[in-house]
Amino acid sequence: MDHLLTARSLFGTTMAFHIIFATLGVGIPLMVLFAELLYQKTKDRDYAIMANRWTKGFAILLGIAIPSGTIAGVQLSLLWPGFMEVIGKVMSLPFQIEIYAFFVEALFMSIYVYAADRIAPWMRILSVTLVAIGAMASAILITNVHAFEGTPAGFRIENGEIVDVDPWAAFFNPSFVVTATHVVLSAFMTGAFVIASIAAYKMLRTHNHKRLYSFHRKALMLGLTVGGIFSLLTAMNGHESAQLLHEYQPEKLAAAEGLFETQSHAPLAIGGYTDRETQSVKWAIEIPWLLSFLAGNSFDTVVVGLNDFPEEWWPPLFVHTLFNAMVGIGMLLLLLSIIGFVWNKVLKRKEFPRWFMWPVISAGPLAMLGIEFGWIFACTGRQPWVIYRMMKTEEAVTQSTNLGTLFILFTIVYIFLFIAVVLVFKHYFGRHPVENELDKHQNHSLLV
Amino acid sequence: MTDELIAISILWGFIFIYAVMATMDFGAGFWSMIYINRQQTNATKIANRYLSPTWEVTNVFIVAIVVALFSFFPRATFILGTVLLIPGSIILLLLAIRSAFLVFAHMAPTYEKVLTYISGVSGILIPALLISVLPITHGEFIETIDGVSRLRLDRLFTSPHEYAFIGFAIASTLFLSSLLLADYSNYADEMEAYQVYRRDALMVGPIAFIMSLLIMVTMRNEARWLYDGMMDYLPWLIASVIMFLVAGAALFLPSMKHKGRKGMPRLAVIAIVLQYFFASYAYGKAHLPYMIYPDVTIQSGFTHPNTFRALFITYIVGFIILFPGFIYFWRLFMKDRRYLQQEKQK
Repeated sequence: MDHLLTARSLFGTTMAFHIIFATLGVGIPLMVLFAELLYQKTKDRDYAIMANRWTKGFAILLGIAIPSGTIAGVQLSLLWPGFMEVIGKVMSLPFQIEIYAFFVEALFMSIYVYAADRIAPWMRILSVTLVAIGAMASAILITNVHAFEGTPAGFRIENGEIVDVDPWAAFFNPSFVVTATHVVLSAFMTGAFVIASIAAYKMLRTHNHKRLYSFHRKALMLGLTVGGIFSLLTAMNGHESAQLLHEYQPEKLAAAEGLFETQSHAPLAIGGYTDRETQSVKWAIEIPWLLSFLAGNSFDTVVVGLNDFPEEWWPPLFVHTLFNAMVGIGMLLLLLSIIGFVWNKVLKRKEFPRWFMWPVISAGPLAMLGIEFGWIFACTGRQPWVIYRMMKTEEAVTQSTNLGTLFILFTIVYIFLFIAVVLVFKHYFGRHPVENELDKHQNHSLLV
Repeated sequence: MTDELIAISILWGFIFIYAVMATMDFGAGFWSMIYINRQQTNATKIANRYLSPTWEVTNVFIVAIVVALFSFFPRATFILGTVLLIPGSIILLLLAIRSAFLVFAHMAPTYEKVLTYISGVSGILIPALLISVLPITHGEFIETIDGVSRLRLDRLFTSPHEYAFIGFAIASTLFLSSLLLADYSNYADEMEAYQVYRRDALMVGPIAFIMSLLIMVTMRNEARWLYDGMMDYLPWLIASVIMFLVAGAALFLPSMKHKGRKGMPRLAVIAIVLQYFFASYAYGKAHLPYMIYPDVTIQSGFTHPNTFRALFITYIVGFIILFPGFIYFWRLFMKDRRYLQQEKQK
């Protein structure tokens, strides 16, 4: 592997690892909050137990999210010093503000975990809320840096010098709001579907045990409802994201759709793979005119094709597949939510059929895959630029060599941490099965 | 004060706070490893009780330092990022493993022994690697060929100066942490643990002091410009030594609050923090205007003035928002006797 590719692989691996925990770190606290609120409304102790158990899971995940985030933050300066020099001068505000969000999250997470028995209930809820807000703000601010890389604003480069710096213009760059919204909505969706997956799995295993089954059924309904709402919102916002590409990064949209010739009434290619030789998407289903409509809300919108750009500016053509995978997963999850909604609310059936549990179980992992595909698409589709039309990735990479060894070392540590986190989950929830907590409260209510 | 001076002061402030918090954090890990088999004293429990809630907050300071560095001094970050790739990566890997295990041990107590050893060993290695950034900024270990800077690891690891710093980092880590834990256990009325940590502090303190003298001696040979600069701030260094002596005396004087108790650990902690503050002030002032000698000064490495102004405003706003949170945190974990004495209640 050449130097640049090794650097990108190392950083890509760090991000692919971190994003799992970061996404759940944004999604799970929201579910905890919903469970707490439902408990307040229904006074059903099951929801309090859910909130408590999800928080425990969240605390374990945070044990990885914080160090992997620290690695990501420091590795930026170690691997991409050229990029961080520009970021330092122009776009350091989101990083700086993120530190405050990070402090809020760390302070109140410690308070929530280690002082829970000493603080008032309202203070506990406030602490979780602040943790959730801190996590969400971190996600929004770091995504802002990613948005800036695609739609840079607030500076010019003149003879190699950075001039006319306006840090707030850089902060509010054109794609900030849409991109950050996309990341937050999809994280909420993923957190909810992961909860639904676990609940569905448990329902299959406990269908003989009425009390447990009803507990997990409540968790499933909450997960499916929240997941359904946010999958719909994510899809709507995803449409906006694509329109943003059409306006600001046309070659990225062209590569995502495998479109070579600039045209109005452009077709939408679904599936298949992009072939460079024949300049077409092979084995794809083509829906005429649809791409033009999606890009600009009218069939005669002219969509720019790859041939209008010099070939060295083309993103790698496989991003078409990544883009399809991301959108496909989003659509599947939306369909799943609609089926669940129709079954439960329109047909008014109380129980889901057993076979329906299987697609629900796959929803959590699928949503996470969608997040991964989406991020790889978003970052690979920007290549060869690290800052669009301003700085190439190869100009930003470190001049230090021997990245190969580091790549291997970091990968080993990530695998090790991943195994450790799975073991801790098994260990903790194996020792503290939900039966115990349900029994405890039953006995308690009998005594009272 | 110029913008550059404000910026470097903020950065130095972060580094100082992190240095103090982290030495306590890492040192607590080391002590809990040392005393793991001495169940009769609560020394390990005291260390863990301090460590559990604080590491996440301490960890944020590392990121805060890196962010302050590249946002205020992008050019210096460019060179530091380039030359620190290898040592920086090793620090990151150690930190990741250490913090993951801190959390896991809380959730799964079966792994407690593994955690204790991991956090104990990393508690020694990480400070030794972290402090190496200081001698690296003295310049003699950076080689620039055709505009590409790289770190001469061979020169670094054959330099007595580097080893003086490493020895200083390890000794200081153990010194500061034993002192703080002595104070912490004194406050919690854990007398046995207090005696253990007081004795440790008395043992390690003089070693840390000798190491700081060794830094000066080796600096005279290897970074003369800095040595001469520090001598201009001799009064600060003398004040630092006096604080060290005050702390020593405070550990022997009888307690004013409790009859029959030897030592005033709170006073000793304050004196030692002042000792390190005075010494690091002299070091920092002598280091200016260079960030990395002789290529990068605070002026040449400085960010765009517009960005500095925007950042400065967020610092003020951020401080106002976070300050109550820190106070609340402090009261829950450092002052609340219900937390400090939880064993006795059970």
